[in-house]
Amino acid sequence: MSARETLPPKIRIRNLHKRFGGNVVLDGLDLDVGVGESVLVIGGSGSGKSVLLKCILGLLEPEDGVIEVDGEPVIGLPAAEREIINRKFGMLFQGGALFDSLRVWENVAFGLIQGENMDRMQAKEIAIAKLAAVGMSANVGELWPAELSGGMKKRVGLARAIATEPEVIFFDEPTTGLDPIMADVINDLIVKCVRELGATALSITHDMASARKIADRIAMLYKGEIIWNGPTSEIDRSGNDFVDQFIHGRAEGPIRMEVRAR
Amino acid sequence: MNVLQPIGRAFWGFLESTGRLALFAIVSVSHCVRPPIYPRLIGRQLIDIGYYSLPVVGLTTLFSGMVLALQSYAGLDRAVAEGVIPRIVVQSMTRELSPVLSGLMVAGRIGAAMAAEIGTMRVTEQIDALTTLSTNPHKYLIAPRLIAGLTMLPLLVLVGDTIGVFGGYLVSVYKLGFNPAIFLKFTWENVAFLDVWSGVVKAACFGFIVALLGCYNGYHSRGGAQGVGAATTNAVVSASILILVSNYLITEMFFGK
Ligand SMILES: Nc1ncnc2c1ncn2[C@@H]1O[C@H](COP(=O)(O)OP(=O)(O)OP(=O)(O)O)[C@@H](O)[C@H]1O
Ligand SMILES: [Mg+2]
Repeated sequence: MSARETLPPKIRIRNLHKRFGGNVVLDGLDLDVGVGESVLVIGGSGSGKSVLLKCILGLLEPEDGVIEVDGEPVIGLPAAEREIINRKFGMLFQGGALFDSLRVWENVAFGLIQGENMDRMQAKEIAIAKLAAVGMSANVGELWPAELSGGMKKRVGLARAIATEPEVIFFDEPTTGLDPIMADVINDLIVKCVRELGATALSITHDMASARKIADRIAMLYKGEIIWNGPTSEIDRSGNDFVDQFIHGRAEGPIRMEVRAR
Repeated sequence: MNVLQPIGRAFWGFLESTGRLALFAIVSVSHCVRPPIYPRLIGRQLIDIGYYSLPVVGLTTLFSGMVLALQSYAGLDRAVAEGVIPRIVVQSMTRELSPVLSGLMVAGRIGAAMAAEIGTMRVTEQIDALTTLSTNPHKYLIAPRLIAGLTMLPLLVLVGDTIGVFGGYLVSVYKLGFNPAIFLKFTWENVAFLDVWSGVVKAACFGFIVALLGCYNGYHSRGGAQGVGAATTNAVVSASILILVSNYLITEMFFGK
């Protein structure tokens, strides 16, 4: 056992249940994310990966289960305490979720100005540096989010997620919709952030190239539970048919995609 | 049994949504008075609600004042009209027409815009993003709008009072041929503090209602563009109804002895 495993995990999830009406999305999910570790969750579309992140962030209230951050239970916290916990987090939303009433640099600087009460000019400098880190020039900072392409939005979202240098960063499909080169840039950036900030990362992706690059450990979500979880190096030798089918992208296998006619 | 069930369910649903609205209002109001306060955002809302509603409120009250003078004249003796019409105009404007019409116009203009903006932020996860950036959406989005609604509508109504009387003056003097000095004299004699004050109280209440329902419906919208559309409609319709109901209640409070 290494020293890392004796530390309490950064995020500890036990028996998490979340449903929407009759649609059971998470059904007894267990997951640990160690300090400084980069864990990646894979799973089919609609399997509840985004819902999992939203439960951790307190955006959705699970029906049952435990979520601990640094050993502290966080489910059902009052808004003021939630705000304090969320200062540890940065999140890249799947759809970007940029504030369209604010300029790009104001979006990136938002956590600094509102959350940390930083002076606007100082925050702007940091925002421009973060934009540069994701390969965008300073004049992009003066644009409005509506003027950006999908891939640019994603990069701005990434810059916003890392701007406050959070302890834990959540990436919801960071490379979807980017060209292969930019996807690789983003992967490198995620790796760099996690290494340099010593940040813990919990990511979601469908992109196996990205998965191999950014993850220390991969967990597979299926039918509301983590059905396999192991080091990235072992993903090809998982001995799990579900994982094999998923990473090779085969339509045939134990996973039946529910293609329903409405 | 079968008849009572849907009634019971509707009643229960009504209680539930009233409760949710009340809770939403309490949380949002509590954020209006607790720091941090965002002066920039409040300023923007003040300008949006106050300044940019001026044309709408001005036109509405101008023509109401004009039509009031014209209609009253049709039902009156020429001999008494000159003394009565200024009173009718000034009392109706300050007590009822200016607050209610301004409230309804602002509900259409501002309530709808708030619901659409906040609703879009909800469905594009911008509200979730606010929370993850440790900013309370009630404080950042809703409190500034409530403050602006509550403070700007009374000012708009005072402007509306003046413009409405001016509308009455225009028709009386230029169409009905009244003596302008006499019109102004009777108008001034009939300005009652209680009338104006009741209008201002109504306006504050309506402004709060418009902002609250705009924000509430936007905040709870779900689905995509369709959900935002429904939220916008609900915001305007529910605010308009609540304005008319509370208008009666406030009138009862002031004048219903
Ligand atoms: N706010 C919500 N209200 C109702 N149902 C929801 C809500 N959010 C998610 N769901 C449902 O939860 C399930 C999981 O959704 P989720 O967004 O987590 O999928 P995902 O794994 O992130 O998929 P993708 O890879 O396509 O992003 C879906 O069936 C979806 O319909
Ligand atoms: Mg998702």
